[in-house]
Amino acid sequence: MGLLSKKDGKLITDPLADNNPITIQVLGICSALAITAELKASLVMAIAVLFVLGVGNVVISLMRNIIPSKIRIIVQLIVVATLVIIVDQVLKAFAYELSKTLSVFIGLIITNCIIMGRFEAFALGNGPWKAFLDGIGNALGYGVILIIVGFFRELLGSGTLFGIPVLGDAIEKTGVYKYGYENNGFMLMPPMALIIVGLLIWVQRSKNKDLIED
Amino acid sequence: MGLKNNLHNFREKNKDKKWLPAFSAIHTFLYLPNEITHNGTHIKAADDLKRTMNIVIMAMVPCLLFGMFNAGYQHHVAFGEIDRVVGGGFFNSAFWTMDNFVLGFWKILPLVVVSYGVGLAIEILFAMKNSHEVEEGYLVTGMLVPLIVPIDIPLWMLAVAVAFGVVIGKEVFGGTGMNILNPALTIRAFLFFAYPTWMSGDKVWVHGAVERDQMIANGSNLDAISGETILGSYAQGNTSVAYDYWDMFWGIIPGSVGETSKFLIIIGALFLIFTKVGSWRIIFSTLIGALTMGLIFNGVVDAGWIGESSKFYGLMNVPFWQHLIIGSILFGAVYMATDPVTASQTNKGKWIYGFLIGFISIMIRVFNPAYPEGVFLAILLMNVFAPTIDHYVVQGNVKRRMKRLKVKTA
Repeated sequence: MGLLSKKDGKLITDPLADNNPITIQVLGICSALAITAELKASLVMAIAVLFVLGVGNVVISLMRNIIPSKIRIIVQLIVVATLVIIVDQVLKAFAYELSKTLSVFIGLIITNCIIMGRFEAFALGNGPWKAFLDGIGNALGYGVILIIVGFFRELLGSGTLFGIPVLGDAIEKTGVYKYGYENNGFMLMPPMALIIVGLLIWVQRSKNKDLIED
Repeated sequence: MGLKNNLHNFREKNKDKKWLPAFSAIHTFLYLPNEITHNGTHIKAADDLKRTMNIVIMAMVPCLLFGMFNAGYQHHVAFGEIDRVVGGGFFNSAFWTMDNFVLGFWKILPLVVVSYGVGLAIEILFAMKNSHEVEEGYLVTGMLVPLIVPIDIPLWMLAVAVAFGVVIGKEVFGGTGMNILNPALTIRAFLFFAYPTWMSGDKVWVHGAVERDQMIANGSNLDAISGETILGSYAQGNTSVAYDYWDMFWGIIPGSVGETSKFLIIIGALFLIFTKVGSWRIIFSTLIGALTMGLIFNGVVDAGWIGESSKFYGLMNVPFWQHLIIGSILFGAVYMATDPVTASQTNKGKWIYGFLIGFISIMIRVFNPAYPEGVFLAILLMNVFAPTIDHYVVQGNVKRRMKRLKVKTA
C-alpha cells in the first residue's frame, strides 16, 4: 500500500482476518445473530458500525488527553450515543422501512462490545489517524462477517438476495422450486446465525493453525 | 485362504493409506479384527461398543417392521381401499396384509438407505481426515432417524438434515462418545425448524395425504378422515379424538414411522433393560415425570382454574396416564433419553435427568400448540444439562464423605 505505511496498513488488514472482532475475539455477536436474516439489513448495519466506529475512534483519540480516566466510560458512551442517534435519524429519514427491520439493534450499537472495546484498547492510546484506521479496520472485519452470514441466511432461508428472488418463486414453483427444493426456515432463526459463525470460525482456524488455542 | 484372511492381509498391506479407516469400517462390520492387545493388563468384556449398538438396533427392528405395515395400512384406509377397524387392535387381519407391508417397505426403505448412506459417508470422511477408525456410533442413529420422521418427508431434506446432525451434532465435538446432543434428535430438530410444513400438520403423517386432498377436491368420494396425529388434533383445540386407547396402545394410528406402537416399544424397552443396555432408571423416571406433570394438569382442570374455552383445555383434560400412549414420549424415553453418551452418568443423576425430561415434555406438549410433540425438545434440553446434573451429584457425594471423614478424625 503506497498510501499507508506498512504498520498502518496492518491496522486495517489485521481485523479483517487474523484478528477479526467476531470470529477471533468473539465480540459483537448479539447483533450478528439478530439482524443477519437479510443481506440488506446486514449491509446497513455494517455501514452504520463503520461510521460510528470510524468517527468515534477519532473523536475519542482527539480527546484522549483531556478525558479524566475516572469518567472515561461515561464520556465514551456519550460519544457513541451521539453518533448512533445520528445514524438512527438518518435511517428514519431516508430508509424508514429498513430502520423498522433493524428496530432496536441500531440503538443497541451503543452497547456493541466492539466499539467500546476499540475505544478502550486503541483510541485512548493512539493518535487520531491511527485510531481512524483501526476503527475502519475493525468495523470492516465486523461487516465482512455480517455480510457473509447474511448472504447465506437470506439465500438459503428466503431464496433471495437483497430481496430479489434468485432461486425462483417459492409459491409459483419456478426455478429450483420446481424440483421440490424448499426454503430452510431454520436459516431465518438466530440459532442458525450462531452455527454459521461457528462454521466460519472452524474454516478460519483450520486454514490458519496459529489461531487454535488449547 | 478364506475371505477373512484375504481381507486381513489387504489391511496389513495398506496400513498407512489415507482411506484405510473407510475400509476398516466395512471390515470390522463383517469380522472381528485379527488383532489382539499385546502388553499390559487388560480386561476383556463381552459388551463392546458394537455389541451394545447391535442390541439397540435389534430392539428397534420390531418398531421398524410395524411401521412398514402401519404406513401401508394408514394409506389404504385414507384412500378408502380398506375400512378402518375401530378398536380392532393388534390382531386385525386387515392390518397384517402383504399389501400394506409392501407399500410401507418401499416408502420406508429409501429413508433408511438415505439415513445410513449420508451419515456413514460423513463419518468415514471425518475418520479419514482425522485418521482414526470409524466408530459404530452412527449405527443406532441411522436406524433411529427413519423411525422419527414422517413418512412423506422428501429424501433430500432428510439427507441435508442428516449431514447437519452428524457434523454439528457430533463431529464438531470430536465424534462418537463426545457429543453433547443426541444426533438423531438434532436431525429431527433441524427438520422440524427448517421445514415445518413437512414435519407437522395433517398432511404428512399418512402417505399420499396431499394427493388425497386433491382427489377430494376433484369430487372423489372419500371419507374425511383426518390425517393428523392425535397430539396434532388436541393441539388444534379438539377435546376428543377419533381413536380409542387400544388403537393408541397397539399403534394403529398415524404418526412418525416407528413411534406409534406403544406395545412394541414396551417390548423393546424390556429387551434393553434385560440386556442392561438401556438404563431402567432413566426410562422409569421419564415416565414418572410425565405422569406427574399430567396429574398436575388434571388437578388444574379439576380445580376449575381453567375453563373449556381455554386453548389448553383439550390437552390438560387428557387423563394423566393417557399422556404415555399419545405422542412419542414412550419412544423418546426408551430409545432416545437412554443414549449413554448424552444422558447423565450417575445413578442419582439419571433419576433427575429422566424425571425432568418427562416433566418438561408434557409441559411443552400442553403449553405450546405449535410444538405438539415436546419430547424431542425436552430430551435435547436435558442433554445439555446432563453434565451439570452429574457435577452436582458427584459434588454432593464428595461433600457427604468429607463430613464423614471429619467426624472420624475429630
